[in-house]
Amino acid sequence: MKNESQFWSGTKDSLPIMFAVIFFAILFGATAVNNGLAFGETVLSSVSVFAGASQFVFLDLYGQQAPVWSILLAVFAVNFRHVLYSASIGRYMGEFTFFQKYSGFFFLCDPLFGAGEIRAQNQKLTSAYYFGYAIPLYVIWVGFTALGAGFGKLITDPQAFGFDMLLSIYFLSLLMGFRTRPNWLASVLASGIASVLVYKMIGAPWHIMLGALVGITLAAMIGKPVEEKGENDV
Amino acid sequence: MFDFISSSAMPSNVWVVILLTGLVTYITRSAGHVVLARFKHLHPRVEAALEAVPGAVLVTIVLPPALTNGPVELLAMLAALVASFRLSPISVLAVGMAIVIGGRAMGF
Repeated sequence: MKNESQFWSGTKDSLPIMFAVIFFAILFGATAVNNGLAFGETVLSSVSVFAGASQFVFLDLYGQQAPVWSILLAVFAVNFRHVLYSASIGRYMGEFTFFQKYSGFFFLCDPLFGAGEIRAQNQKLTSAYYFGYAIPLYVIWVGFTALGAGFGKLITDPQAFGFDMLLSIYFLSLLMGFRTRPNWLASVLASGIASVLVYKMIGAPWHIMLGALVGITLAAMIGKPVEEKGENDV
Repeated sequence: MFDFISSSAMPSNVWVVILLTGLVTYITRSAGHVVLARFKHLHPRVEAALEAVPGAVLVTIVLPPALTNGPVELLAMLAALVASFRLSPISVLAVGMAIVIGGRAMGF
């Protein structure tokens, strides 16, 4: 497939979540200006971070006048699952140049990771597909952050349209897309149960990392038996 | 409205803090690959663990809110779950969203 059609194929796969991205971008922009950030600061956050969770955590702690080191530590904690993302999807980036790979990681949000893994499962993951998915989302994220920041106080009851649930349903459909992988059910059940327990007993965002680690550890334990040990094995 | 200027704990320049949050986010997004790329062969158990990453992470994002959000949201997620065995992702979204919007419009 030509690069151009690969790019549009990525964009097409990102269409289902564009409304969710628009919703959260407007929500972030509106929340930020209503919490004391200037318009330019709000837009800069979306330009330089491109991660809803990081940006809301920053907003919350900055509003509480928390010290900078604790803001950065919290941002690191809510995003820590992304360490797993690049470890996993990096294995499929053989065709990417050095620059494509390391600029690509900047955009590696949850939906892009899920879509990229699904793509790699069915065919070769190309950089054109990856950026075709990422770049329109990024432009929309920044653009609608600006819109939300500009008209922040005019937006009433965005929940009526259900956009807050869109990402959850999208992630569920991605999750089900992996169900043919070996030991999928066992690791998903283990992670799911662990995450609910941690969510109730410790709270967010720990349920994501701790829950995921339980399922990943289980997958490693019941996975393929040890075959050969090379000198560079982990 | 918060007063950012008077507190001594606050940095004088919010732009620097924002750029630092961007840098920290980028580090989390590239670190896994930077570390793993050093190894030429991955142990089969590491491969198995990495294969499990998407499902194991996605379920932790999806499940706890689904169980605590409310009845309409739970029903929507269950319907989407059933639909995902047969339908494409976009149709799964349509099923789930129809229930969320309909349920909320009816005041649940």
